[in-house]
Parts: sequence; structure tokens; C-alpha cells
Amino acid sequence: MTMNRRDFIKVNAIAAAAASAGISLPAIATKAQEAAASTDIRWDKACCRFCGTGCSVLIGTQNGRVVATQGDPDAPVNRGLNCIKGYFLSKIMYGGDRLTQPMLRKKNGVYDKNGEFTPVSWDEAFGVMAQKWKETLKKDGPAGVGMFGSGQWTIWEGYAASKLMKAGFRSNNIDPNARHCMASAVAGFMRTFGMDEPMGCYDDIENADNFVLWGPNMAEMHPILWSRITDRRLSHPNCEVHVLSTFEHRSFELADNGMIFVPQTDLAIMNYICNHIIQSGKVDHDFIKKHANFKIGETDIGYGLRPNNPLEKDAQFNGYPGPDGKPKHNPNDARDSNFEEFKKFVSEYTLEKTEKLSGVPAANLKRLAELYADPKKKVVSYWTMGFNQHTRGSWANNMIYNIHLLVGKISEPGNGPFSLTGQPSACGTAREVGTFSHRLPADLVVTNPEHRKHAEEIWQLPEGTIPDKIGLHAVAQSRALKDGKLKCYWTQTTNNMQAGPNINGETYPGWRNPATFIVVSDAYPTVSAMAADLILPAAMWVEKEGAYGNAERRTQFWRQQVKAPGEARSDLWQLMEFSKHFKIEDVWPAELIAKKPQYKGKTLFDVLYKNGVVNKFPMAELKTVNQHAIKDYRNDESDAYGFYVQKGLFEEYAKFGRGHGHDLAPFDMYHKARGLRWPVVDGKETLWRYREGYDPYVKKGEGIRFYGQKDGKAVIFALPYQHPPEMPDKDFDLWLCTGRVLEHWHTGSMTQRVPELHRAVPEAQVFMHPDDAKKRGLQRGMLVKVSSRRGEIKARIETRGRNKPPVGLVFVPFFDEARLVNKLTLDATCPISKQTDFKKCAVKVTKV
Amino acid sequence: MNSIAGAAGAGCLMALGVGLYARQASALPSQALRPPGARGEAQFLSACIRCGLCVRDCPYNTLKLATLGSSVATGTPYFEARAIPCEMCDDIPCVKACPTGALDRELSDISKARMGLAVLTDHETCLNFLGLRCDVCYRVCPVIDKAITLEIVHNPRSDRHAMLLPTVHSDYCTGCGKCEKSCVLPVAAIKVYPIKLAKGKLPEHYRKGWEEKAKAGGSLIGDQIKLPVRGLEETAP
Repeated sequence: MTMNRRDFIKVNAIAAAAASAGISLPAIATKAQEAAASTDIRWDKACCRFCGTGCSVLIGTQNGRVVATQGDPDAPVNRGLNCIKGYFLSKIMYGGDRLTQPMLRKKNGVYDKNGEFTPVSWDEAFGVMAQKWKETLKKDGPAGVGMFGSGQWTIWEGYAASKLMKAGFRSNNIDPNARHCMASAVAGFMRTFGMDEPMGCYDDIENADNFVLWGPNMAEMHPILWSRITDRRLSHPNCEVHVLSTFEHRSFELADNGMIFVPQTDLAIMNYICNHIIQSGKVDHDFIKKHANFKIGETDIGYGLRPNNPLEKDAQFNGYPGPDGKPKHNPNDARDSNFEEFKKFVSEYTLEKTEKLSGVPAANLKRLAELYADPKKKVVSYWTMGFNQHTRGSWANNMIYNIHLLVGKISEPGNGPFSLTGQPSACGTAREVGTFSHRLPADLVVTNPEHRKHAEEIWQLPEGTIPDKIGLHAVAQSRALKDGKLKCYWTQTTNNMQAGPNINGETYPGWRNPATFIVVSDAYPTVSAMAADLILPAAMWVEKEGAYGNAERRTQFWRQQVKAPGEARSDLWQLMEFSKHFKIEDVWPAELIAKKPQYKGKTLFDVLYKNGVVNKFPMAELKTVNQHAIKDYRNDESDAYGFYVQKGLFEEYAKFGRGHGHDLAPFDMYHKARGLRWPVVDGKETLWRYREGYDPYVKKGEGIRFYGQKDGKAVIFALPYQHPPEMPDKDFDLWLCTGRVLEHWHTGSMTQRVPELHRAVPEAQVFMHPDDAKKRGLQRGMLVKVSSRRGEIKARIETRGRNKPPVGLVFVPFFDEARLVNKLTLDATCPISKQTDFKKCAVKVTKV
Repeated sequence: MNSIAGAAGAGCLMALGVGLYARQASALPSQALRPPGARGEAQFLSACIRCGLCVRDCPYNTLKLATLGSSVATGTPYFEARAIPCEMCDDIPCVKACPTGALDRELSDISKARMGLAVLTDHETCLNFLGLRCDVCYRVCPVIDKAITLEIVHNPRSDRHAMLLPTVHSDYCTGCGKCEKSCVLPVAAIKVYPIKLAKGKLPEHYRKGWEEKAKAGGSLIGDQIKLPVRGLEETAP
């Protein structure tokens, strides 16, 4: 990096001053209007910007500024409550170092990879960017360009981005940071049920008898859901909470049965539970006969490391090229099986063996197994990153479903597995819109010719536009940048230089590789922005019209409340504006254009967004749809393009899912509702899927139908326990687990700029067992060095804090940009989901 | 001559003023906390020689010396939790540095320190008492789950959430002040006060029956006769 943070802020302040000087007249005019406006606060709805819970808030705006928020007392999720991050929502947009002008690395007035960040106009920014994209497309084809987004994109932003990449540039090299977050959950859903996302919803909490937390520290990471679970525990007789984790965290406070297990042995524990259910005769045979198939998954699947890694060379099912150049078998493969085989498979996971492997006392394991086995007890299982960020994450997700399916505890109020999400629109955008390198909207995939054809029809594209090859996923993108295979890279609403794995070894060398050109859109100068070549200032949250989808399939909309500062623009505007810089001839081969000659000479903007569907809704609709809330409502994107951009994008997108189990309500309805849970059919929400009476897609008399699978049956997978790729040894003798704290969200780019939250938790600490500290001659509060085979960081140790790791494990949160714990983490992934394991690698801790 | 007498008179007045001031300052203001191991205020003031060594050895700049004009006895060490709390160093360098025993050298376990007592003074503004999930004071507490616990009660307004109420326990609170420092409100709802100010006292004439029973391992009066109830015989224990 060529400038430090202080320099950057200075440059940025100058840029902001220049910008405001340049537009002084209109600025004054607007201010005068605003001053005349009123001292009243206007209240309108939005959903929280942070986690996947999806709490509803009311936004108080006065004179063009968000001055206050409140929890919406009538919102079903949170009933007027917020956690401490949600409490400070009104401050996240007003950090002192907001980016307000594009910044390009320049030397002697021109772009230079090693130049200094210099304020430039949007024209210049897009000009340089488009030139780089065109050069690369010409030389390397679509494989040379890529994009990285997130579950914080609004629904239409993710949709516009996906369309730009997959249809416009004809590259599937688009992935969301949800790859680091939810990919294993997706793979688990797809393998077991053939359809993504949970069957249940948050109302399960008030209907459950018992809760099992497989890792997640909901007390801190889903605080409002946790107070719902706590209330159930308090008010429902005999309610039990079982909590499993690799270290003791705040959720153990409520635990009736707390269990600390050796990392990775969750796999063995789940198989033991299945074994217990079978051995104790508690299998719901009628249920599995009607509703389940059995399969045995491939096991020699590697760890998603680079192909030259010794662990990958011998693996026969990792999908990498073999000696003959052809891909080795697919890690997703499985063969048909039956109950008897499954019974035999799990029979080796005895109580004794599992206790030994996991370190959890037999009595605790048995108590947990008996809970699942008891037909009279309703159980909801929760998990998040513990299962998902796991080199066998797809398996872990399959295996929790095994348990629920064996006893038929699924798809009914208070009974079922529930995959929590960490981002506000991991479901709504990343998954439902399908901004992954292999996906299209509504669970369609690029490898299926029918699916591509369907998408091409909706998008009015010539057949063969969408490439059939899966693009680069998150970790593969970093590797391809380092290898110089991916050259033009644009990231939005994410901070991968802090959040991605092994940033020393893979990400940073890739971004600073002279062969690459890196563009980062963000509201703040994050670690990623500082490591980029071009920074684009982004509007955030209620500075744009938006929509998010939370973990219980609830889609929530909000209106633009205020303008972004300076020249900051929404990610949506950036995507659409950039598309204007490309003629169809720049991006498509002649034979493809020949199939739709009417596109000749048109820009990507014309083909993708001004296609008669997206631009179908005139400006007047902004008023008719929204005037109940804001008189004379308008938003910046529609002003820029002369049509109701968000409505057009949403209605085109919704075509993918309507009638196929992913039914979204009409656009206008969401602007008048506190979110709706899809499928929304015949004017009704769906709370529990796959069960007759609750789900409109299950016909009368069917009872239960897992209709994501052709035969309507879910799959029970026989899968074993296997060691992780890196375990503590004599050189690196501790497990490292990373994660979050309640006060900060993800990389802290928003919450660290709220002074009160920063004061509460100013820096990341190394949570360690007192005996481990003593052994190393360390004291609480001491600055220590944590190092792995990939890098080192310095931080203070905490032996008394909120997290109490067992001997042999340390926990370090990742919110702190001054202590980049992802210098240490390993870029191993689940070979099926390609999701990184941030929960296990080997480190040592020494005195500084 | 006159001027000399005048100066002397002024000097006397000043001395008197300082004397009055010093007496007033010996009543420690409620937000000034003494370092770990400090003896009772009167004893501390007589033992402390105002050398400043404890302040010098505090690695976190928590401790400061009272200056003339501050309401703490001039030259004595103190800290204000809201500004910089005590980080509870395992090796307690301030106590080690004290040459006179004003800070008790017998204190070797920092969790035994009693610099003050945290009190959740304002239930009306504490966010958790409103049902929100702040509980920052609880999570930053170095004696978490002992000095501060979260007591669970049903939230009758939302009717589906619990309220997690931070509750301080004087048996364990060291008065380090991390909670007060971290309270996210503009004025902290939880504050650390000198124990004398903070603590109530139970009289001898009433005992907590449930605690006495637990202590004794059963009823203090042994088993008693219990008759079944007519009409409810089935459910009688």
C-alpha cells in the first residue's frame, strides 16, 4: 500500500472539499429548500443493515439527514427491539471518512498501479475501468474479468450485477462473499432437499420444546432471536437448550446441556446421534419410507486447496484435473443406498468412540441423542458458521438433516432444522438471485442447458449467451488474481482483504499483482479499498431504495430516505452506468449477435436494462407506489434513467420464481408490508414449507412432499468423520477459531465508525485459557504474537473474557482492521460448497 | 510594612483556605476511585506519601495524581472509570510500587481487589431494561458471569422476548470500571461508586429462608407432617 490511513483521509477530505466547491450553487439551493422544509421528523420503514435476523426499524429523517431510528414495535421479528448495533444504525452513514469521490492510483497524471490515490471524475473512473475491461476481454476473453459481491447487495443490485456479468460479459466469474458464509448451507439444502433455504421460520421458536445450537453463539450474533429463545426457555415448562461449540461462549449461559467438542468432531457426534436413534428403535420408519431416500457420499474429496498441495494430489474425487488432464471425479458424487446400509455405516459411531473422539462426556452426548430420539419432544436445531465454515461443511449440513429426517421432526411448527444467516440478504440476494459462479435466479444453475435457456428467454438473449462452465468461486478468484489469470476485478459491498482467508498468501499478492486491475466500491476506506487500484464511493443502506431477504425467507423493502454524500452513488447506478461503456460488439462474438441482429450497435445498458421489461414502469409509478409513505417520492437511480429502475428489475427477476415454488409478491405490495415470507401464493405467506396445509405446493393428501427432489423425497446421506487438513502439532500447537462479537459487524467498516461501539470494544483480543497463558509465560493484557504457517499478527490476550476457550484453542474476532486475523487462516474449503473453513487452523502464541 | 503585613495576611487566608479544602477533599468524590489494595480512606490518606510511584507504574495510564484544585486530596492517586478504567493486571504493578503500604501488599490476586462497586443506577435508560440487547457492560466485565450476570425476565410488552437484565454481585465486583467505561449511553447508566456509597446493609433480625435452607441442606426444622387434600388425593406428592 502506498498511503496510510491518515494520508488517505486527508486526500479524501480535500476531494470532498473540491467536490462541494464544484457544485456549490445547487448544494446551496438544496439546503435552502431543506431549511424551509420543516423541523418535523419523517418516519418510514426499513430493515436493519446488519445480520440475517432482519429486524425492522423506523427511520427518522429530517432535512435530508437520518437523525434517529427506532425498532418497529409492530414488526413480527423484533417487536420494537434492537441489539446494540441496530440501536446505532442512524450513525453508520456518518463516519468522518466517508468516500465522496472516485479515487484512482495515478502517477504523473495517468493511472499507475503504484501511483497515489488521486480524486477523479466518474467519467474518468469508468473510462479507465472500461478500457481495462475491454483490453482484457479482447485478450483473455470473459475468463479474464470477475466480480465479487455480497449478501449486502440489495436484491436488484445483485440481480443487475449477475445480469451484467453472466449475460453482458458472458462470464460466470461472479461470486458473493456469501461463499464464505452460506455456501455449505446451500450445498446441504440442494443435496438433501433439491431446493435452497429453510423450511421453517422464526415462529418455530415459540412452538418448540427444545433447542439445539450446533456451534452458533446466538447470544451475540443473533441477539434478538436469542432473547426470543431465552423467553421460550423461561416460559415453556421443561424447555431445554443444548449448546455445542469448540469453546465456551455467551450462549452457554442458557445451556442446560453445554458441550465443548474437539474441532471437526461434530461430524462424529451427528453420526452417533443417528446410531442412537436407530439402536434405540426410535426411527420413524413410516416417515422415511414415504419421504426419504438413502445415499452414500464420496469421501476421498480433498480440501479445496491448490491442486499442487500434497493433500489434493492423491484425492480421487476433488474434481481437479488428473494426470490425464481430465477432471477427477466430482466431490458431490453419491451412490444410492438403503436404510440397512446406513444403519451399518453409523453403527461404528458408538457412544464410547464418540466420547473419545469429541472429548464430550458420554452422559452429555446421550442426553442430546435422547432429546432427538424422543418422539414427544419437538426440537429446533440452529447452526451458522460452525457447520458452514467447515472443510466438510456440506456434509455437516446433510448430517443434521439426517437426524431430523430419521425421526420425522421437520417442516412443522416447532420441529425442524434451521440454518441461520449472517448477512442481511444472504438469502434474499446472494442465494435467491443466485449471484454465485454456478447459479442463476430461483435455484437455477448455469450447468443445466434447460435452466440457461429459461434465463435467456426471460432476459431476451440469443441462445448460448450464458456460459455453461461454472465460474471462479471466491477462493479461486483470489488464486486466479495471484496467478494472473483473472485480470479485471470489481468488488462491491464487501471487504475481502480483511474477511477472506490467507490474505498474505493469496489475496494481497493477487490484488497487487501488476497484471491485475482492482476496483473496490465502498462507502468507507476499508482495507480492501486501500489495496485497490480504483475506489468508487458508494451510497449505503437508506441512501438508496433497497430490498433484503432474511433467514426466514422474509423479503423486506425500503425507500430511499436521504442522498449519499458528495458524488457517492449506489452500487446499482454504478453497475448500470458502467454497462453504458460497452457496445454489444465489444463483448459478444459476431455469431451470437447474428442470432439477435436487433442488438447490433446497442450498448449493454440497452440490451440488459432498457430491454422493454426493466424499463417498463414509468416515473409516475414512483409516486403511485410510494406516496402513502413519502409524498412526491423519487429515487436517484430512477431520476438518472427516467424509469422506475427498482420495480423493473424486481418484476423481471420475480418471473424466474413465480409458479416454481419461489413466488415473490408483487413489487408494490412489499412497499406496504413489514416483509413477506415466500412463497407468497394467492395473497398468503408461507411459514412452513413441504407440509400440506402450510405450503401451497403440497397437494391435498400428500402430507409431506420435498418437492425440490423429483420424487418428492429428501436424501439421507451416509458420510463419515474425517480429520481437517491442518491440526495443531509441535510447531503450531493451538487451534485458531475466528468469528464475531456482538458489538461489531463483520469487518467493522460500519460499527467501528460508531464511537460508542468502538469505545465498547476497541480492538480484537486473543481469547485464551489461563493455563495456556501461564504455560507460555503470558499474562492477561499482554501483547502477544499469534502466528501460523501463513503469517502473524499482534494482539492482547484475554484470559477472563466473554469467550472461554478450552486448553489448546484460541479465539480471535475478525472485525479489527488493525489486527488482520485472516493473515493466519488457511484457504482450505469444503470441496463441495467451496466455502472456506475459518474455524480451524493451527497457530502458536508467543511473547512479543 | 503595610504591604508585608498584607501579604502575610493573605498567606494566612490562603493557608486557611487550603486547610478547609483539604478536609473537604478527604471526603472522596463519588466518581473518584482509589487504586487496587487501597486501605480505608482515612488510613489510606495517612499512609500515602504522594510519591506517585503507583501512577508511574500503571501500564494503562489509568491512575492519576490529584492536582491542587481537584476535589481529591492533592497528590493522591485515583482514577475515574468512565475515562480510563482499571485493566486488572495479573501482577498488580501499582501495589508493588507502593513504598508505604497505603496500597496493601497482601493483595496478590487482582480479583480480590475492591476498588469500588458497580451499580446499575438508572433502570429507565439502561437499554436492556428497555428490552434491547445491549449488555455491553456484562460482556466487557473481566469477572463476567460472577460480578455481573444477566437475569432473565419475560418482556410483557413484546410478549415473545426475554429481557436480560445486568445484575452486579458485590461478592465478585472489583470496581474496575470497565462496565462504566463501556456503557454506550451519553451518560453511563451503570457507574462504579466507592463501596461505602454503593452498598446497603441487611439487619440481623431477618434471615433469607431459602438461603438458610440451602446452607443447612434441608429445612431447619426437619421433616413435618403433610396430609393429603380431600378431592386432590391423586395429585398429592
